[in-house]
Amino acid sequence: MSRPAPVAVLAELIRKPWFWGLVAIAVLLALNMVKDPNYLAISVNPANGHLVGNLVDILRAAAPILMISIGMALVIATGGIDLSVGSLMAVSGAVAMEFLESAGDSSSLVVALGAIGLALLVSAVLGAVNGILVAYVGLQPFIATLVLMLAGRGLAKVITGGQNTAAASDPFKWVVNGFVVGLPVVFLFATLIVVIVALVVRRSALGLMIEAIGINPKASRMAGIRPPGLLLTVYILSGVLAGIAGIFAVGSVMTVDVSKTGYQLEMDAILAVVIGGTSLAGGKFSIGGAFVGGMLIATLDKTVLFLGVSSSATPAFKAIVIVVLCLLQSQRVRSWFSRRTAPPTRLATAVTDDARKEGALA
Amino acid sequence: MTEPLPLVEMTGISIEFPGVKALDDVDFRLLPGEIHALMGENGAGKSTLIKALTGVYRIDAGAILVNGEERQLHGTADAQQAGISTVYQEVNLAPNLSIGENVMLGHEVRGPFGVNWRATHRAATEALARLGLEGLDTRKPLSTLSIAMQQLVAISRAMAIKAKVLILDEPTSSLDANEVEGLFRVMRTLRDQGVAILFVSHFLDQIYAISDRLTVLRNGRYEGEYLTRELDRHALISKMIGKDLDALTSLGGNRARGDRDRETQQPLLSARGIARRGALEPTDLDVFPGEVVGFAGLLGAGRTELARLLYGADRAERGEVRLKGERIDVKSPASALAAHLAYSTENRRDEGIIGELTVRENMILAVQAKRGWARPLSKKEQEEIVQRYISALGVRPADPERQIKNLSGGNQQKVLLGRWLATEPELLILDEPTRGIDVGAKAEIQEAVAQLAEDGVSVVFISSELEEVVRLSERIVVLKDHQKIGELVNGPDVTAERVVDVIASHGVADAAAASEAAAGAAPAASDPTTPKEQS
Repeated sequence: MSRPAPVAVLAELIRKPWFWGLVAIAVLLALNMVKDPNYLAISVNPANGHLVGNLVDILRAAAPILMISIGMALVIATGGIDLSVGSLMAVSGAVAMEFLESAGDSSSLVVALGAIGLALLVSAVLGAVNGILVAYVGLQPFIATLVLMLAGRGLAKVITGGQNTAAASDPFKWVVNGFVVGLPVVFLFATLIVVIVALVVRRSALGLMIEAIGINPKASRMAGIRPPGLLLTVYILSGVLAGIAGIFAVGSVMTVDVSKTGYQLEMDAILAVVIGGTSLAGGKFSIGGAFVGGMLIATLDKTVLFLGVSSSATPAFKAIVIVVLCLLQSQRVRSWFSRRTAPPTRLATAVTDDARKEGALA
Repeated sequence: MTEPLPLVEMTGISIEFPGVKALDDVDFRLLPGEIHALMGENGAGKSTLIKALTGVYRIDAGAILVNGEERQLHGTADAQQAGISTVYQEVNLAPNLSIGENVMLGHEVRGPFGVNWRATHRAATEALARLGLEGLDTRKPLSTLSIAMQQLVAISRAMAIKAKVLILDEPTSSLDANEVEGLFRVMRTLRDQGVAILFVSHFLDQIYAISDRLTVLRNGRYEGEYLTRELDRHALISKMIGKDLDALTSLGGNRARGDRDRETQQPLLSARGIARRGALEPTDLDVFPGEVVGFAGLLGAGRTELARLLYGADRAERGEVRLKGERIDVKSPASALAAHLAYSTENRRDEGIIGELTVRENMILAVQAKRGWARPLSKKEQEEIVQRYISALGVRPADPERQIKNLSGGNQQKVLLGRWLATEPELLILDEPTRGIDVGAKAEIQEAVAQLAEDGVSVVFISSELEEVVRLSERIVVLKDHQKIGELVNGPDVTAERVVDVIASHGVADAAAASEAAAGAAPAASDPTTPKEQS
């Protein structure tokens, strides 16, 4: 009698929209192992006790993507989109680097915290600009955030005077390059922030209200929700998370590249959210799904590098992986598949597919 | 008289959803040239049966024969192919397309260079003309039409496909008497041409006025097929609800209370001269504690507009509102809820339910919004609210984790009623709470209104059914043309006819005054019409 339980758990897992994201990560890792059987090997660097290995690299690379992905998940859940996150990463990185450079004290913790604080403040203000344009001016989110997507990168260049500013700050560098109990600090921070955001959203009524607005804004307003304030909050949150991502991104090399930092990462974030099972139409969302999606994007990036896919073919490779994944998640494709394999129970599977869809949404 | 071969014959139809048997061995047939009413309470399976016939749902058992041939209907396209066309309960059109495009969508007239728009619009105009809608400019966007007109466009859209079977699911719920009569004329014409019409309506009068035959469903089961003229109303209702009607008719009687002194008692809510351009002329209104005030008037008379101003759904541009003597500024629904006002919309699908959320989430939403997102209701508090109102209002199925969009209209309405009651309102505005729902649920909602008033809650009750307004209200406010034209304190002498008289005679007096003014060439300013005095 103990056997059905694991089966049920597995069935439950398969129903999760992000299950295929996990599968895809596993497949990519396996692919890498074909090239190098020791790909997954993790060793301890005897000099400093840090864990070393490709997996550790993936975790470090995932941190910025995770940040913008969960921000994007919340924005998309309200029925919007935030195209400006990539540019906001550059702005945040530029602010932090300029601040560190002008302060010039490479060992001061206060200076490093000041740089981070100022960068996040600027990101929050820019996020608020998005929020005001969407919630109070009533622009379409796509257009409203397109403004900062274009202007943000320009702003970053103005901040650094067009230079790729480099700076030195040990505490700042530690945030991204440091290790705690063998694990990269940046990944621990990212995970901590994801958990905090998830807890705040799900333990408060914020998540419910975001979903309500995303599904039916009119009815939500009639039920007493104040959509403008909530939208503003969500866009500010997305801005701040992009700011954190920017700090993560510039910290590893301690240089902001105003034209490359965060470049087109908004697309990666949108993909991560979709892979995580959140509909672009808004409504039901999954922070856990966005986390899996972000991890997949990071794994994919590293795999492309590792397999030595030529840089001109990289986008195509990425696209293929994502198309396959989206096909696997599609209800319609799956019902074709199950119909072909089990024709006599066609009706039954159609019904359970519907049930599964509902289950997935719920 | 021998019966002709049925156009549609459904036998032994069963449809199961996870956990519910929506239809259980149901038979149904449609003969050519008849108007066939499908009757049953909310959740009896009417909509499910229609969706089986239109290919939206697949049947788990049974057979569908169209023209004597068994058909597998996998989607609405299959159904349309078979000559089955539908107009759904709520208007399903594209508001940003033009009227003509909506009528002809998917059936545009094609020429050598793609769609021939001129011919398409001409065909649309013809299709509309058959419904008596000659005056419409088919190139205007659909959204410029009232909901009632959009419904008629939806019907002509279904007819444009030259359907042999026309399904009308609650087509009359948002039409006024004239429009209903126009629709019935068209339905009779179509019937005489041999079209089989499946008609669903919760207005029994309409069923008896138009239908030839009816099939009754109860709890997903087939109850019987009858000739309409051979089954009287009492028998029909008993078959639909499966119990005697007496329990329902015992409710009501005029709720007039002789003991209320409106001169000295302080009103709970008092509005003076509230107005909004294009929606409502300056209007005064008092609502006393524990009073049921009915708003009567035709569709578009300003009933909903007044309610929306009171609730802050639209902002009043002029006038002031006092609550227990204190001036309040209702800026938004959120501030209205904070002042213990609640408003249940007439537009359930667009402004009421949040479809993909569960019954539980829909029910707690207003209470949660009132508390703010930072102070979530605990599981236990949610459970309490949900259990209380599911059982008090008889929500079926009583499953709080079901998505609300999968409930029938009447049960969605009950969930929404629960949402507002959970906010503990002092004034509850119900806008068409019984529209599109069946006799049983209607009685339950009316009972709930009466009970609320007993408990001291003030209720504004808006309904197109005057009998209902008269039966429930202590006082009736009559509106016309965006103005309040009178008030009737309910009593034995107040009837639906009397309310109609007030509405009708106001117009006549107006017209008389206008023609007098014209005849005497009197300056317009010296023409004091009744409504202006109100402000």
